[in-house]
Amino acid sequence: MPTNEEVYDSIKEILIEALACEDDEVSEGATLVGDLGAESIDFLDIVFNLEQNFSIEIDRSELFPEDILTNEEYVQDGVVSEAGLTALYERMPFMDLSTFSNDPRIADFGNLMTVGDLCKFVAKKTS
Amino acid sequence: MRWHWIDRFEEFVSGVRAVSIKNVTMAEEHLHGYWPGFPMMPNSLIIEGLAQTGGLLVGEHNQFVESVVLAKVSKAIFHDIVRPGDSLRITAIAADIREDGGIINGEVHCDGNLVAEINLIFACLRGEMADIDQFYPIDFISLLRALDMYKIGVTADGDPITPPQFMLDAEKALEQSV
Repeated sequence: MPTNEEVYDSIKEILIEALACEDDEVSEGATLVGDLGAESIDFLDIVFNLEQNFSIEIDRSELFPEDILTNEEYVQDGVVSEAGLTALYERMPFMDLSTFSNDPRIADFGNLMTVGDLCKFVAKKTS
Repeated sequence: MRWHWIDRFEEFVSGVRAVSIKNVTMAEEHLHGYWPGFPMMPNSLIIEGLAQTGGLLVGEHNQFVESVVLAKVSKAIFHDIVRPGDSLRITAIAADIREDGGIINGEVHCDGNLVAEINLIFACLRGEMADIDQFYPIDFISLLRALDMYKIGVTADGDPITPPQFMLDAEKALEQSV
């Protein structure tokens, strides 16, 4: 089982390679989309490299809860409902959704995930 | 793949690997405009050769039900130039094929020498784009047969691969119409 530092260093390397970003741009608080410029196709690249690097299997829905975000039971008028937030918390305990919960507009969800969130996700998968 | 860039498959193992041949000839117009006075193949077209080889490997694995497009060139390292008369051997290895796309790691050789190392990511079209027919089935199956895909292609277990039913239906409809 890798240490948190090893997880971070490996993920940093993967992100630098996949997103062609600079070493000093990657920090635990950097968001993948907003700060590092990740586009949807980059996530396929990142997920593949995470699986290879850490010998884990990642189901798409673990990182991209499209089934929740496109479910009318959970989203109304572009806003995630209380039930939807509960489903997101259960699905993605590694994410800090506290700020998002105050104004849970679905359009903002894509830019939430940080490098630190990804590290927590991988650390849990490898534990 | 409306633009035919590879000449034929030499190996095709469904979902695993494909090897294609691209012969480069002086008759190809692109050779003359890229570097006037010194005909050579643009590196982008070497990538295109792997994109077509790998794209068909990804698409065939899902029986061409979904449209597969090149989404990202993750890596492209070129070791040598390609000139008229060269015969490229393009090897595509499926590193990962999943429901939303695939990752292909590739190498291009000429006379046994490594010309390029290229990694590509393919995506399956989703949403409105997925509803648009990219090809006529009869044109597509004609191309695949011309490339020898169904002549030399096998499954991972070594059994011959066969075209998907919708392509066979298109061939049958054409036969009946003439």
